[in-house]
Amino acid sequence: MSDRSERSEAGGGTGERGVPGAGLVKGLAVTLKTMTRRSTTQQYPDVAPELPPRSRGVIALLEENCTVCMLCARECPDWCIYIDSHKEEVAVPGAARPRQRNVLDRFDIDFSLCMYCGICVEVCPFDALYWSPEFEYAEYDIKDLLHDKDHLGKWMGTVPPPPAHDPSGEPAKEETAAARKAAVPAAPVDRPAAPAVRPEPGAGA
Amino acid sequence: MPLWLELVIRVGGVLVAFLTLPLLVGQAEHKVMAHMQGRLGPMYAGAFHGWAQLIADGVKFVQKEDVTPAEADRAVFRLAPAVALVPYLLVLLVIPLGPGDLVGQPLDIGLFFVLAVVGVGVVAVLMSAWASANKYSLLGGLRGAAQLLGYELPLVLAAASVAMAAGTLSLPGIVEAWQPWWLLWQAPAMVIFFVAGLAEIRRPPFDMPIADSELVFGYLTEYTGLRFAFFLLAEYVGIVVIAALTTVLFLGGWHGPFADAQLGWLWTLLKVFAVSFLVIWLRVAFPRLREDQLQRLCWLVLVPAALAQLVLTAAVRVAL
Repeated sequence: MSDRSERSEAGGGTGERGVPGAGLVKGLAVTLKTMTRRSTTQQYPDVAPELPPRSRGVIALLEENCTVCMLCARECPDWCIYIDSHKEEVAVPGAARPRQRNVLDRFDIDFSLCMYCGICVEVCPFDALYWSPEFEYAEYDIKDLLHDKDHLGKWMGTVPPPPAHDPSGEPAKEETAAARKAAVPAAPVDRPAAPAVRPEPGAGA
Repeated sequence: MPLWLELVIRVGGVLVAFLTLPLLVGQAEHKVMAHMQGRLGPMYAGAFHGWAQLIADGVKFVQKEDVTPAEADRAVFRLAPAVALVPYLLVLLVIPLGPGDLVGQPLDIGLFFVLAVVGVGVVAVLMSAWASANKYSLLGGLRGAAQLLGYELPLVLAAASVAMAAGTLSLPGIVEAWQPWWLLWQAPAMVIFFVAGLAEIRRPPFDMPIADSELVFGYLTEYTGLRFAFFLLAEYVGIVVIAALTTVLFLGGWHGPFADAQLGWLWTLLKVFAVSFLVIWLRVAFPRLREDQLQRLCWLVLVPAALAQLVLTAAVRVAL
């Protein structure tokens, strides 16, 4: 049947294919094999998807860690983080003068602007921001996508534990830095060499 | 049993087959195609694996607006779906389900009748294409006409071969005369008949007249609602008809491994469903043939092969 059709297609061909119609049989075999396998469809609304732990669903806020350093708000490329705070004096008994500390009044993220770059999470020096795989927070009104610190804090419960370190991956920066510091005697030997290299581009200019 | 009662039972039986078998095939296509593509297909309608999907589709089609384009030839436009559907209903009337009297209407020239009536399909295509007053419809319709007229020839020649072998034009007679070794003897005719049949009902990979990626939806472009549903139903009845004809002519109809007299209808239905599965399978596996490839396959491959099969059949028949 259709094998003849292919032969007519390959008529005058170089004969690089072996048996005429082998491609047609292969196509049939592929579809039949796929039919016997389980389908890859995820029944989403019925069955929750299994998202990888580093999924960028929503940004959660751990309020106790925030020191109102404003780094996240300043680094945010589309300025979707709004932070207000005031200073509070904490009288410590026995201290010479009261301490000052920042108190967070407002921490809003406007998810209608957020582009999920994750720079705020990366830049936060006190681990106050986390990625959560939670993604079901669509709203009917775009204004409702502005979430305050209480709402962001609720998402902390959905933040998964960090994935285990990949044994075959390169070691964490902290570990290598610590190892380098531990090997102090080797470091001064390296250091003089660095300035010797640096002048070269300056000399060229 | 009075004549009118027998008539009512036979016609009622054919009508039931006409309304249920295409739905079964359509549902099978939904699910088989989905799983062949690594999907699940309909899952919600009817709660269990979407078994009621086609019923839901039917309800939806009934609710839709029935649009007739302003420029269309109204009468012809409205009549075309019926012309597409009725021939297949008539064909089902003469296809034997089992031995003895298990057939809607035993007809001595059954094969002739079947081929003549299936040929009416081209009229429906041309009617819908021309009456739509739409360039896509017209292009699709002309492609359809060329394809249907072309493939009519190998279809008839292949059927003629088996009729020569059996020495009768009656479909029950052909099944009666059928013997297992005919599977080998009539194998080329079977393949030709099946391929030409696929082209006759415009199933992928022979769906050039519809070709939704280039012609919107061919001659069906302007149809909506129930009339569109009728065309779709005609396609699925077409699958049943072609599968049934292939079964009856080439696969031995009600001949089965055992108990032909009692379970003949079961063997026939099983074979029909097996061939229908093949039709669906081919649709999933193969891309659409280009128009020139389509005509080339028909005139340069199928027609000569069918003629050669006729010669072979005649030779074996004379030699026996």
